[in-house]
Amino acid sequence: MYDLSVITDAIHSFLAGFMPSWLTVTVECVLIGVGLLLAYALLALFYIYYERKFCAAIQCRLGPNRVGPWGLLQSFADMFKILIKELISLNNTDKFLFALAPYLVILASMLAFAVLPWGNGLQIIDFNIGIFFLLAVSSIGVLGILLAGWSSNNKFTLIGAMRSGAQMVSYELSISLSVITMVCLAGTMSVGGIVNEQADCWFIFKGHIPAIIAFIIYMIAGTAETNRGPFDLPEAESELTAGYHTEYSGIHFGFFYLAEYLNLFIVAGVASLLFFGGWMPFHVPGWDTFNHIMDYIPSVVWFLGKAIVLSGIIIWFKWTFPRLRIDQVLAMEWKYLMPIGLFNLALMTCCVVFGWHL
Amino acid sequence: MIALDIFGISNNGLLAITAALTGIGLVALALWLAGLISPKSFNAQKGEAYECGIPTRGESMAQFKVGYYLFAILFLMFDVEAVFLFPWAVRVREMGVGGLVSIAVFFGVLVLGLIYAWRKGALEWK
Repeated sequence: MYDLSVITDAIHSFLAGFMPSWLTVTVECVLIGVGLLLAYALLALFYIYYERKFCAAIQCRLGPNRVGPWGLLQSFADMFKILIKELISLNNTDKFLFALAPYLVILASMLAFAVLPWGNGLQIIDFNIGIFFLLAVSSIGVLGILLAGWSSNNKFTLIGAMRSGAQMVSYELSISLSVITMVCLAGTMSVGGIVNEQADCWFIFKGHIPAIIAFIIYMIAGTAETNRGPFDLPEAESELTAGYHTEYSGIHFGFFYLAEYLNLFIVAGVASLLFFGGWMPFHVPGWDTFNHIMDYIPSVVWFLGKAIVLSGIIIWFKWTFPRLRIDQVLAMEWKYLMPIGLFNLALMTCCVVFGWHL
Repeated sequence: MIALDIFGISNNGLLAITAALTGIGLVALALWLAGLISPKSFNAQKGEAYECGIPTRGESMAQFKVGYYLFAILFLMFDVEAVFLFPWAVRVREMGVGGLVSIAVFFGVLVLGLIYAWRKGALEWK
């Protein structure tokens, strides 16, 4: 199995060769920051293109095909266009909170982004409570959305933000319940530890029935958590113009758009971490030759591949199901997903304690 | 097959601060860039709220439907309980049946809370 820490160790020893240790750490932190920034921006651009092509295929259209080969440069053009749009300053907004909201939204997704297991030896933040840290930081995003809606001083944005707050806060419970279910099976909260636990077999196979139920609950709750269809009623365009970011223009709006796509990636990345082994290649216990061949595929490719396939499922949801009403959304969480999640957690603990798993 | 610390930095707090600063830096950089190349034109009508064309009536930062707050309170209760479940979940395999019984009591109270809220009609959207 390729170990990418060889590369980072080589850079570290090269830098440490002629620099004092404090400067080495600073330069390395800057390198990590630049890497994160590039990965963040490129993934967001990729996701915009991916979603547009995906929904075009579902609706029997071609999608973007004019800018560059197969329309590949379309999202670069879009990003540049959004940069040259005017930032309109409004009369009656709460100026400070209005400016603060995009920072919070991006901050939440960037911190969660850095916790993901990118590859063997390429994991950036690896707290021993990693998955808990991820849940904690991603809930800062709700705060940003609520602030955006409130500070805009517009009725549409206020309704959008309130819906979004109620929805994201509710579905966070289901997400944390299914995460707890998988933590029971893993016996650790560290992201690296969870990946290593799945070295012989992924959790979705190892935990069989409770893991599959937890996976389904996680995917539904994750879709709601990213405010995507069929749960996109915070920004229901037919009733609320654009929901909580109605008053944001130019790149200010771009931040919310960026964070939405990155949250999609993060939800899919966490699903691949908890259920499909993060960067761990597909291994079947006992099939040594097969496992060995699988190890030749680099770990980064495994992680990105799983995340992109899983986010494809979430995009498929959006373009297939009609939008729900707010009462249906909340009833779905509190009357169905939550009780099922609690029951599933009990089932999983019995499986773990009595050893009813692979 | 151990996840190694990137660059040998074992101080995760430092890395978390780096990621946070990167996020803030991204927003600040993009805003600065947009400020350089985007047009700026003043028009009194532009500052109005984007609602329906005629001036807004009444206060927009108004009191709001109480139903949303009910769910927020319920969330608070269950989220705190979820926080208590996390450390137990890590140790459940070692604790065995004893841990299972002790958490069943806690779990029972949690489920009773949900049933109470349900019966009281707090989960109905009115």
